[in-house]
Amino acid sequence: MKKIIGTVLAAAMAFSMVGCAGGAKSDLPDNVICIGGIGPTTGPNAQYGTAVKNGAEIAVEEINAMGGELQFAFKFQDDEADNEKAVNAYNSLKDWAGDKPFLVVGATTSGCTIAVGAETYADGIFQITPSGTDQECVKYDNAFRTCFSDPSQGAISAQYIKENQLATKVGIIYDSSDTYSDGITRAFSDEAEKQQLEIVGKEAFTKDNKTDMKVQLQKLQSAGADLVFLPIYYSEASTILKQAAEIGYQPTFYGCDGMDGILNVENFDGSLAEGLMFLTPFITTSQDQKTQDFVKKYQEKYNDVPTQFAADAYDSVYAVYEACKQANATSDMSAQDLCEALKKAMTEISIEGLTGKSISWEESGEPNKTPLVAKIENGAYVLIEQ
Amino acid sequence: MEFLSYLLTGISLGSVYAIIALGYTMVYGIAKMLNFAHGDVIMVGGYVVFIGMNQIGLPPILAIIVAMGVCTLLGIVIERVAYKPLRGASSLAVLITAIGVSYLLQNMALLIWGSTPKSFPSVVSIPKITVGTLSISGETIVTIVVAALIMVGLTFFINKTKIGHAMQAVAEDKGAAQLMGINVDVTISITFAIGSALAAIAGALLCSSYPLLQPTTGAMPGIKAFVAAVFGGIGSVPGAMVGGILLGIIESLSKAYISTQLSDAVVFSVLIVVLLVKPTGLLGKKIHEKV
Repeated sequence: MKKIIGTVLAAAMAFSMVGCAGGAKSDLPDNVICIGGIGPTTGPNAQYGTAVKNGAEIAVEEINAMGGELQFAFKFQDDEADNEKAVNAYNSLKDWAGDKPFLVVGATTSGCTIAVGAETYADGIFQITPSGTDQECVKYDNAFRTCFSDPSQGAISAQYIKENQLATKVGIIYDSSDTYSDGITRAFSDEAEKQQLEIVGKEAFTKDNKTDMKVQLQKLQSAGADLVFLPIYYSEASTILKQAAEIGYQPTFYGCDGMDGILNVENFDGSLAEGLMFLTPFITTSQDQKTQDFVKKYQEKYNDVPTQFAADAYDSVYAVYEACKQANATSDMSAQDLCEALKKAMTEISIEGLTGKSISWEESGEPNKTPLVAKIENGAYVLIEQ
Repeated sequence: MEFLSYLLTGISLGSVYAIIALGYTMVYGIAKMLNFAHGDVIMVGGYVVFIGMNQIGLPPILAIIVAMGVCTLLGIVIERVAYKPLRGASSLAVLITAIGVSYLLQNMALLIWGSTPKSFPSVVSIPKITVGTLSISGETIVTIVVAALIMVGLTFFINKTKIGHAMQAVAEDKGAAQLMGINVDVTISITFAIGSALAAIAGALLCSSYPLLQPTTGAMPGIKAFVAAVFGGIGSVPGAMVGGILLGIIESLSKAYISTQLSDAVVFSVLIVVLLVKPTGLLGKKIHEKV
């Protein structure tokens, strides 16, 4: 019996190896540059990855439909927002591209972007993350990003709160086990000190201990915080909003881009989020023609409303497209040559994107664009005019 | 006053741990195995209640009864398919199978219900009670009452009924129980059925207090409740109740007075100290090793 199992296993292994080898000689057309996308399309952060996938798909389709010399092939791999799985996803995308020029639009979450970043740097592959906000995400010179970094989100938020006099005493609830949340909190605290914005409490939760947030809220309530800064993702935020209502605490809640999507939580009582403000580069209700076209296309294709993650991904693909044009990239380049060419080209281009007018990039990989603040009013996201 | 409100938060969290811990401790006490999938049965219970209330429009009580039925069935199936074939195997093998079942359930839930979190409607319609600046939510009251009822009910069931006696016999010595004409397989199946039905109630109450429902909802509270069960003395029904509530209070107070960053570290340090002093847990029975 054991022998049979052994034989079967060996055969299965041999098959799977053949499968891999077969993948390298892909049935991709000759004249394409391969773009690999990575992000969570399952798991608790699936909304982000799905949005990135969809946004990038739309951009690739549009670019290919223009029928120019430059054509993209696009494939997206799920990483469940898990660092190890992100690296696996990257490797399988690399196999998919085979000997075609290959670059990465991803990953979606910070931790995964850092994990994949180490690999792309070692392999000499160009990487642009639509939404990896941690500072480390663009540590290497082959990596760029379309969203704001955590420090800049934290700093901009502190400045905004001070300038608009939203609060005198600020409390923070953050996820101390999450690089994104921790990064923003640090920058926010530093900037708040510079701005002489008083922080009365800095309370944490971790990914293993996040069912009950009442104590954190009670502490901030008794410290008299009139604004609670929530540099966290929307799913935990929805718990916090409900528990704040339960203990009768009604400060202004202010979040960062992770808050986008809170109204999409199924069965969530939108009235709890009334008045919630958050920093975002993209609002579907914007009057901008480009945004409206994108929203319409997205709704028709995916029957869902795009979030800023979709917009960031869309802009990322267009940035790659512009940079490829700038660098005269062709489909017979090696991935490494492409990376070198794009690194230089990225700093020379400027695109009219969904997430900002004339976005340009620094050599460090950071984008230059103006931030926007949104507020939830009557159950919808509204842009605050500045 | 502030202290009281932190204490109440702790009791409310602790009573949820207690209800989950009751399921753990019962299965451990009788079948002598750690059913790590218990937390995930709770999650399934939560989803069934959610569907019952939101998509079919059942009243909360009916939705919970349906969920209890589904979970009971699930518990029996899990026991028959995954644990029964391993009855003679080492406890490590059973433990690993249990972890496997836990992941299986989580991923099945991902497939069936998707990953987007759902906001759970409360099954409790009692308004909150406000005394001065203190406010006690209806969920807290119901959770504590239900936990106490279950504890009393279970103690009664185990000590006074025929099946209960059979369970005690199986717990003491499976082989001897079988010789005395007790059907061990059926008894263990019943244990799982009851444990899983309790999981459905726990799921409804957990999600009413902490409303985010997703496939991983049961995992962490499940582990915390396991800790509570060990803390109180695993295998002991009142121990699970005491352990759960104490764990909730310690967690809440250490968040309030020591640091929110360090609360888990404090909770687990207390656990280590308790186990060093009293290895069988607070109310655990001393195990007499038979030679």
